Amino acid sequence: MNQLTNWSGYMPLLPEIVLAVGAMLMLMAGAVLGERSGRLVNLWCVLVLVAAAVAMHWVPAGRLSLFDGSFLVDDYARFLKLLALAGSAGALLLSLDWLSIEKQQRFEYGALFVLSTLGMMMLISAGDLIALYLGLELMSLALYVLAASDRENVRSTEAGLKYFVLGALSSGMLLYGASLIYGFTGTISFAGIAKATHAGASIGLIFGLVFLFVGFCFKISAVPFHMWTPDVYEGAPTPVTAFFASAPKVAAIAIFVRATITAFPGITHEWQQIVVFVSILSMALGSFGAIGQRNIKRLMAYSSIGHMGFALVGLAAASPEGVQGVLVYMAIYVAMTLGSFAVIVAMRRQGQAVENISDLAGLARSHPTMAFLFAVLMFSLAGIPPLAGFFAKFYVFLAAINAGLYALAVIGVLSSVVGAYYYLMIVKTMYFDDPVASFDRMPGLLRLVLAISGVINLLFFAWPAPILGAATAAAKSLF
Amino acid sequence: MTWPILSVVTFLPSFGAVLIALMARGNSPMARGTSRWIALWTTVVTFVISLLLIKYFDPSSAEFQFVEKRDWLGIASYHMGVDGISLPFVILTTALMPICILASWTSVQRRVKEYMIAFLVLETLMVGTFSSLDIVLFYLFFEGGLIPMFLIIGVWGGPRRVYASFKFFLYTLLGSVLMLLAIMAMYWQAHTTDIATLLHHGFPTDMQKWLWFAFFASFAVKMPMWPVHTWLPDAHVEAPTAGSVILAAILLKMGGYGFLRFSLPMFPDASHVFAPLVFTLSVVAIVYTSLVALMQEDMKKLIAYSSVAHMGFVTMGIFAATTQGVAGGIFQMISHGIVSGALFLCVGVVYDRAHTREIAAYGGLVNRMPLYAFVFMLFTMANVGLPGTSGFVGEFLALIGTFKANIHVAFFATLGIILSAAYALWLYRKIVFGTLRPTLASIRDMGWREVAIFTPLVVLTILLGIAPKPVLDMSAASVAQLLDTYNHAIAGTKTAEAAPLLTTGSAR
Repeated sequence: MNQLTNWSGYMPLLPEIVLAVGAMLMLMAGAVLGERSGRLVNLWCVLVLVAAAVAMHWVPAGRLSLFDGSFLVDDYARFLKLLALAGSAGALLLSLDWLSIEKQQRFEYGALFVLSTLGMMMLISAGDLIALYLGLELMSLALYVLAASDRENVRSTEAGLKYFVLGALSSGMLLYGASLIYGFTGTISFAGIAKATHAGASIGLIFGLVFLFVGFCFKISAVPFHMWTPDVYEGAPTPVTAFFASAPKVAAIAIFVRATITAFPGITHEWQQIVVFVSILSMALGSFGAIGQRNIKRLMAYSSIGHMGFALVGLAAASPEGVQGVLVYMAIYVAMTLGSFAVIVAMRRQGQAVENISDLAGLARSHPTMAFLFAVLMFSLAGIPPLAGFFAKFYVFLAAINAGLYALAVIGVLSSVVGAYYYLMIVKTMYFDDPVASFDRMPGLLRLVLAISGVINLLFFAWPAPILGAATAAAKSLF
Repeated sequence: MTWPILSVVTFLPSFGAVLIALMARGNSPMARGTSRWIALWTTVVTFVISLLLIKYFDPSSAEFQFVEKRDWLGIASYHMGVDGISLPFVILTTALMPICILASWTSVQRRVKEYMIAFLVLETLMVGTFSSLDIVLFYLFFEGGLIPMFLIIGVWGGPRRVYASFKFFLYTLLGSVLMLLAIMAMYWQAHTTDIATLLHHGFPTDMQKWLWFAFFASFAVKMPMWPVHTWLPDAHVEAPTAGSVILAAILLKMGGYGFLRFSLPMFPDASHVFAPLVFTLSVVAIVYTSLVALMQEDMKKLIAYSSVAHMGFVTMGIFAATTQGVAGGIFQMISHGIVSGALFLCVGVVYDRAHTREIAAYGGLVNRMPLYAFVFMLFTMANVGLPGTSGFVGEFLALIGTFKANIHVAFFATLGIILSAAYALWLYRKIVFGTLRPTLASIRDMGWREVAIFTPLVVLTILLGIAPKPVLDMSAASVAQLLDTYNHAIAGTKTAEAAPLLTTGSAR
């Protein structure tokens, strides 16, 4: 506890401190400046997120452990925290113009983003089951409120309520699992659990593990705990959906991987089966479920279910290569998702938001650049080389083949072909179909996000070294 | 060569595509003109630079030449180079591109800018496929080609373009993803993705069989072999003329190139074991699709089925694994690239005028279009394999090579030649001879632009038919080395299989 007696000992927490203090300041600023200050405060919230990312720079290097191992800062945490911050900031940028147009510019919106991100940061760094639960709840509670933030809208409030009830149920399951694990190992820290399960697991521990996984699978919306996803994605305000699809997924996958790899290395064989099963189901359901969708937000929900299945392929490999694959996958996934939602948020005719895939018809004629970048993102989501999405899939399957998970790999690539169908349908709608009425002009911030993510996806192949190198280093720190 | 000539040839077309995107604004006639001229100049310059490859290529060496290598993915590197097997395909690609651009000059009026960009990007991906020496890089180019081709068929295609483009995309993707998994398995076995190293790695026999099948799934679809050929007629019929040309002339050759580059040298034991399977499929393709071609009512569909039959000769020759067979396979691919490309252009010429591809709608064209009748006849004859045209050399060599390996296969394949004469001549008679249809009374003969398109193809078809030596020499050393490693590996396995018998025999 020596490190806590002086201020420099808190340096590893700097980004979290920035977020926590920033969120409080923003709330106060909003309260003082009044309702009209919404846009300004929300813009400041983006700066708070950026400041937290900059603060990562002053976090000391190496593998740090605070509060008796409850809070871990390693390369793994650094990589994913930057990713989560980027995801949150991107989603908040998508929100600003949308909120103005919909006349819902409230200062609580940005503050909730920041608080939720704070939860993610804690979740990513969690080193024991209590810290895990605290981070998860802080993240989720803010998300429940955000889902219902369009409070005049029935669909939005329904989405928020549905998300809350099911989320609370899954949190309960997770807590039950955590208590079983504590009961059978006598410890809550991941390192301690790893020691206790070194020789194998009792049946009680396996039960605990399964319940823990239920909680994780719910948060990343993996099958069979995915049912909330399409409804919540469709009902929530579009930029909030963009947020749901990006940063919280990063944090949830991060803790899923950290907990399984660091706490249960002794019973890899037991949890590997579950992950393989969940992964196959998610990939298959994500691919087949999306085919019949007409609403693009529902389609993105199934798409994200499928993508979580692909990311889990890397975890199933239970190797440093696999974790590296998951990290690369999540980084590229966030880039693809934010870009896609930039287009979806911009789907608006005469001030009225539209959400059907058929509304995209002939976009290549009316908005060529927007259509081109969206097509790039769709091909990337489908995993077609040379776009970034291909490399994401490449690394997870590479790890799966090395781990001898041939059936998983074959089913995975086959469902990626099925998945390619509905991404192609969107490209087809934009490029092959005759134009319908044109969309309104795309607001500047959305253009910015779309351009950045489009360029990342298009040119990833030319300079992949930074992300690959960072992911390799991050994956190593778990083993 | 101090400058990276292969990278220049590969990426120059993409540079041209970026140039078009920046220079041609909007959809004005001027923007269309700019797009066309930039595309034409880019492809011509690329072709001229690629001729330098021939000039500095050393045909006596079987090694990879013009090699470039840079760090890229960590596990894979940016490794480019050509040998005698890949160089002809690189040249074929760069040579056909200006012709395709010219062929689309007036027939494409809608979204010209995007059209030209798609073709230029496609050229980069095709040249890259043939010149990459890293298997991951190869896959990147190989698969990447789907995107522009999907758009070309889907945006500028015929009435059933959506169906055709989806079928093309999903069929090819389905085959390729299995190959991707095989590539990964190869990486973990050999710990490299470098093709030059993998060629001499020697995979365990059991593993070879799985890998062979995975690669076969991809290349058989691409080639296409019977029974996974059904996407091809649809794609051909719906694609715009230049798209059909590229599809028939180059994209199909990627399958044959893949067999030569990967299946045969890397999995020799499996290739040997599965050769009868390939023979069977090839013979079925040759005979069956020729019969199907006889029944077609659409010109493009007929030529598409004839392509499947001709590719049957290629797979047969390659897996015969004799010098003549493999050389014949390569030559047949080059020749078919020129001839089938030209045939699709011939269809394009009349389609641009009469706007139908139905065979029954034509007749007596010789009365109004003597020049066209001559050109069409030449390529029909080359398609049949008349001696003196390039089609003869390839088919003849492939048949000789197969004859040495398997007489029955060669016998049935020869039947295919007779059938090919039947459908090709039938098509020619229906369209060119007979009485002139009243609807075609005012049809014009070929203009200067069309003559310019066909002249190089006519010259090449006859030249390669009379003097095939330059192409055969170019690949001779590489083919010899390929078969050397192949036979060596087969012999090694045979002795290894025989050895236990001998020891048990002596123990007794």
